[in-house]
Amino acid sequence: MSAEIAGDGATITPYTDGPLIVRGDFEILSVDGEVLPSGRKTVALCRCGVSAIKPFCDGTHKLVGFRSGDGE
Amino acid sequence: MSVLQHDLAVTAFPMEARGPLSTRLTAILSQGPDDSAQGLDLSPVAEAAVAAASSVVRDDDVQLSLFILYGLHYGSFPAVSADWEWHPALVAARRVLERAFEDELRATVAVPPLPRPTRVAVARALSELTSADSGPSLSRYIAKKATREQLGEFLIQRSVYTLREADPHSWAIPRLTGRAKAALVEIQADEYGGGRPARMHSEIFATTMEEFGLDRRYGRYVDEVPAITLASLNVMSMFGLNRRLLGAIVGHLAAFEMTSSIPNAMYANGFRRLGYGVGVTAYFDEHVAADAVHEQIAANDLAGALAEDEPALLPDILFGAAACLVVDGWAGAHILDSWTADRSSLRSGTP
Repeated sequence: MSAEIAGDGATITPYTDGPLIVRGDFEILSVDGEVLPSGRKTVALCRCGVSAIKPFCDGTHKLVGFRSGDGE
Repeated sequence: MSVLQHDLAVTAFPMEARGPLSTRLTAILSQGPDDSAQGLDLSPVAEAAVAAASSVVRDDDVQLSLFILYGLHYGSFPAVSADWEWHPALVAARRVLERAFEDELRATVAVPPLPRPTRVAVARALSELTSADSGPSLSRYIAKKATREQLGEFLIQRSVYTLREADPHSWAIPRLTGRAKAALVEIQADEYGGGRPARMHSEIFATTMEEFGLDRRYGRYVDEVPAITLASLNVMSMFGLNRRLLGAIVGHLAAFEMTSSIPNAMYANGFRRLGYGVGVTAYFDEHVAADAVHEQIAANDLAGALAEDEPALLPDILFGAAACLVVDGWAGAHILDSWTADRSSLRSGTP
């Protein structure tokens, strides 16, 4: 949380058993280097590997029981 | 198209009464509060409506009356005088209905064991609760089987809430503080388009209705939806408008967001299956990515953080989440049961 107060730049926060949430000033690029429009200020990036809209999260990590191993 | 067009009611009161209480309400509210309103007492009629209902959640007169009374706060009926909003007789009647509504929900909704009041434990408990929700799969039916007519019914059923999407949960913003407030505003800012009116979710849904060939004006289809559909919105309004239920509205939003991405992908597929283009499917596609973000914020930064900061609210956070799943499950089951029995889910039988 406190890192966000620092101002410019972006933060990437892992959410337990879920995606990486990206906030701040960022651009997401495709493998070809093209900017991928996300349409929103805060985005979720897939880290379970099964999203159908990669690199963004589509919630399917729940269906495959993804465990990030970083919770309590 | 004006962004606000869907707020214009079709007529002064775009709906028919469904019993003695809603008959009184629509008659009274069709005029401004004049001197004759001073001695108004609607509590006996409200008490009678509650007493006559075998289930308050499924009673047409009670749920339509609650919908009308909450509509005074949202401004759902522009032709109704705003002076009615805080009229003591209407507030008193609303409290009679809300007490019965809440009592019935508390008696029927099973709340899971409480986790420890920490951000991660609460998020995990909400995740388990929402994953265990094995309700009837309306979304699977829509993806694979629904006809064009049924897709239209689905949009009509959804329109009562979705043309005002996000508004019920916004009542909670000034009642929260600190990180929970920041989290709710982060979600709601996205719901409301991030500063771009055309991107407001309610506006995207209005476009979906229009592209499908339906009327986008708010209230146009209220007569068509059963009590349980109105109850799905009323439970949000009740949780949102009563500060003592702050935990419940937060839990409701978490459960709502956590059960959204995957069904919305299936809804989009159902509309594509019957040849509908992006004008119709954009709303559902948008919610796959949007709610994958919102569910994380809602479970962790809103509900989890609130439980950590105010542990006394934890039981209601879980109650609100469970109530969302149960009531929306009943509303979905009504639609699915109707369709599998070859019936319309609408009250008139046809859209």
